[in-house]
Amino acid sequence: MNTLSAVFRRAAPFGLLAALAAGAASAADGEKIFTQGGSNPAATACASCHGPQAHGLGAAGFPALAGTSSVYLAKQLHDFRSGSRANAVMQPIAAALSEAEIAAVAATLAAMPGPTVKPTSRADAVAGPGAELALRGAWDRNIPECVACHGPGGEGVGTTFPPLAGQSPEYLAAQLNAWRAGTRNNDPHALMGHIARSMTEDEVKAVSAYFASLGQWGAPQ
Amino acid sequence: MSRKSSLFVLGLSLALPALAAGVAMDDQSQLTPKPTAAPAGFQPPRESELPDNAFGKLVREGHAIFVDTQTYAAEYVGNGLNCTNCHLEQGRKADSAPLWAAYPMYPAYRKKNDKVNSYTERMQGCFQFSMNGKAPPTDSKVLSALTAYSYWLSTGAPIGKELPGRAYPTIPQPKGGYDIAKGKLVYAQNCAICHGENGEGQKAGAHYVFPPLWGKDSFNWGAGMHRINTAAAFIKQNMPLGKGGTLSDDDAWHVAAYMNSHERPQDPRLVDGSIDKTRERYHANDGVNLYGVKVNGVLLGQGTD
Ligand code: HEC
Ligand code: HEC
Ligand code: HEC
Ligand code: HEC
Repeated sequence: MNTLSAVFRRAAPFGLLAALAAGAASAADGEKIFTQGGSNPAATACASCHGPQAHGLGAAGFPALAGTSSVYLAKQLHDFRSGSRANAVMQPIAAALSEAEIAAVAATLAAMPGPTVKPTSRADAVAGPGAELALRGAWDRNIPECVACHGPGGEGVGTTFPPLAGQSPEYLAAQLNAWRAGTRNNDPHALMGHIARSMTEDEVKAVSAYFASLGQWGAPQ
Repeated sequence: MSRKSSLFVLGLSLALPALAAGVAMDDQSQLTPKPTAAPAGFQPPRESELPDNAFGKLVREGHAIFVDTQTYAAEYVGNGLNCTNCHLEQGRKADSAPLWAAYPMYPAYRKKNDKVNSYTERMQGCFQFSMNGKAPPTDSKVLSALTAYSYWLSTGAPIGKELPGRAYPTIPQPKGGYDIAKGKLVYAQNCAICHGENGEGQKAGAHYVFPPLWGKDSFNWGAGMHRINTAAAFIKQNMPLGKGGTLSDDDAWHVAAYMNSHERPQDPRLVDGSIDKTRERYHANDGVNLYGVKVNGVLLGQGTD
């Protein structure tokens, strides 16, 4: 795990070049922020809530972060800061992180192993409203198939479309409800908000349960 | 009839733009798209209504091929696309060339190959051009499954009567002509986030989630989507994904022109290895397109191999 800081640790003794390469990150050690917190004490250790492997803590609504794109994670931290994503717990923590710390911790998290995602195809048969939304959409309300943006099984795509598999149903539903309530307004090009707002409460529950069921976290190492 | 009148409108707007000057408007799509389907337009049957018998099974196979062509008809596909990439909502969405509006309209004469085409032949066309692949044999399982799926989707539709929602509704060309430079900006602002900065698409694992818009894994120069007018109509109704209808008509044209001013796989009908001859035979009278045209000093139509 954590190949990035492992590389830095190994590379550092090899002289100037390696030290220069690690320069930006050496000001902020991602792994240290994750396990012990940032230089500002208000930036509490991420692991205390997001779990020692960043697998999240489902029932409490703490999301998994391991293996998610560093660009996406850093964007969320900036969005908490700006308030376009409102959350009483994360906003003060994000505000207490420096730019360098955000970059470092996001890189550390992205390099941690993500969940195993059950392979799905858009051709799969659907049972229930969760799978129906995920694989068929609800186009009468302009809701495309979720997998058309979040990828097969909701594994996530590139730097913009986060994984849904591997998250808890509680967290996924909380996010959909945050868009519905207007407390999360950070989706690029307003691609996601209208979708959440067009869903029924039952659909929010069902589709959250569906994607949560597709991710498996390996045994802790 | 309406085919004539839609050509007439296009022809009029075409007289003005400098870029498109000299392109004769004999659109080979042979379709006469009507404006957006009324909310209470034709409703295809629901998946849950599918009978649990041999017919139902074949329909499901057709659905699978249509939405995951890469997996279920791989041997006939030569690019990274799936049928549903251009026929949204699994071939159900009105104004996205839905299968339920297509099936009851065949056999029909197509100027593209100058003969009366069966529905099977029409689908073979999309395999050869849109999918840059090869036509599955007429008696193949792939085509019978796709036919069964289309037939089932059109349950209750009148035969030979063009339904609202067919094809991609024509939108008027910008007054001053289309503008590739403007299209580039529209692209960067509205499309690159999904289709990539260079139209290369984005994959998850082996397959594309966001399909490539140009380059070697996209549709070829013979596909209907290579016409700027057809692409503009598709984009206006269906893109950005989930937000169809939000671009202005002009921006849809500009961005379609930008997309179709890039290289893509060669037209498989290439005549004597000559772009000029191929343009003359197949592209000169096929809507607004840039095959065999120089853009920024570069001749388009060279293919990607
Ligand atoms: C006190 C508990 C707590 C601590 C400590 C904490 N977080 Fe969080 N974090 C949360 C909660 C709760 C959420 C969900 C917020 C919401 O619902 O919008 C969250 C969400 C996030 C998200 C958004 C994830 C996504 O998928 O969009 C990121 C990124 C994040 N935290 C990073 C961090 C980092 C980095 C640290 C350490 C510097 C940290 N968190 C420390 C509780 C915590
Ligand atoms: C048109 C593309 C698109 C479609 C379709 C789409 N999403 Fe999203 N979704 C996004 C984007 C973009 C984000 C990230 C927003 C951001 O940057 O904060 C997102 C974020 C989310 C999140 C928050 C994840 C996190 O880690 O905080 C959830 C939950 C979600 N989507 C669920 C769904 C569901 C369920 C569906 C289907 C009903 C769906 N999405 C369909 C684009 C899409
Ligand atoms: C790159 C986009 C694209 C892909 C991929 C694609 N098509 Fe098409 N299809 C089109 C266009 C464009 C038209 C013609 C619409 C027009 O001319 O206005 C069309 C027309 C059709 C029609 C006739 C519609 C009618 O109303 O007469 C059928 C049937 C069809 N396609 C089936 C398929 C099948 C089956 C596949 C997969 C093997 C497929 N298409 C893949 C773009 C595509
Ligand atoms: C939120 C992501 C997203 C955005 C933004 C987006 N598209 Fe798409 N586009 C898709 C997806 C996904 C498909 C395939 C649809 C499917 O399979 O259901 C697609 C299909 C297409 C196709 C047909 C398939 C192909 O490869 O030729 C074209 C053309 C296209 N888009 C053009 C555009 C243009 C132009 C824009 C900007 C105006 C745009 N798209 C914006 C996601 C997006």
